[in-house]
Amino acid sequence: MSVGLEHYLVLSAVLFSIGLYGALAKKNAVVILMCIEIMLNAVNIAMVAFSRYIVPTVLTGQIFAIFIIVVAAAEAAVGLAIVISIYRNRETIESTDIDLMKW
Amino acid sequence: MIGFDVAFWILAIIGVIAALMVVFLRNVFRSALSLILCFLSVAGIYFTLSADFLGAVQILVYVGGISVLIILAIMLTREVQRGSPSNKLRIPAFIVAIVFLGVVGYTLLNTPWQLSTAAPLEHTTANIASKLLGEGGFILPVEIAATLLLAAILGAIVLVREK
Repeated sequence: MSVGLEHYLVLSAVLFSIGLYGALAKKNAVVILMCIEIMLNAVNIAMVAFSRYIVPTVLTGQIFAIFIIVVAAAEAAVGLAIVISIYRNRETIESTDIDLMKW
Repeated sequence: MIGFDVAFWILAIIGVIAALMVVFLRNVFRSALSLILCFLSVAGIYFTLSADFLGAVQILVYVGGISVLIILAIMLTREVQRGSPSNKLRIPAFIVAIVFLGVVGYTLLNTPWQLSTAAPLEHTTANIASKLLGEGGFILPVEIAATLLLAAILGAIVLVREK
């Protein structure tokens, strides 16, 4: 059976699930950001696969993927800046210890 | 086409194993390195989908930029010794991820996709450029993305600046 759209979509779903598990279950804030990057990459694979197999001559899916990459870069920069700022103030980046806003 | 199939399977297995290593390795620095491997295999997946420009962008932005940022954050926060333990929601998170995977997999395997048989474009760069910047394209989102990047850079500088 040759590789088709379903293979890419299943790969994308598997990567997204791994990222989802890591983002929900990990304590370290940097690891949570890494798992979010995995999830964004999984969505990008799905976008490009749809673009390749459903409308191969219209590149809208790839353009959406480019915008997702832009937003992911901005998100990584701001997220890691927040992590470093929290580490400076509180000496920890464990998400279970950062509970200042929890009543 | 058989070469593309073999490349897809190798890249998919490497990508999934690298993503699992990101989640399950104890050492944060090692999981950052396997995250780079995962990004590289995703770039290879783009090449098998004949998205050459996007594969190059993936290597430039993710492998070259975001991974350096992440490693810098790991170095600055000195969390390598403490590892990356799980919180007490590990089992519910695992169940949520498995249920999500089951639902999404069931849905997308049972959807009759309207596949096109047209051949993919040989070189995508010029077409992406005319789509992004040309007439009736995505020029407004491009400008908004530039503003977003500027705002993100300024926000990151303000957040990490010494008082």
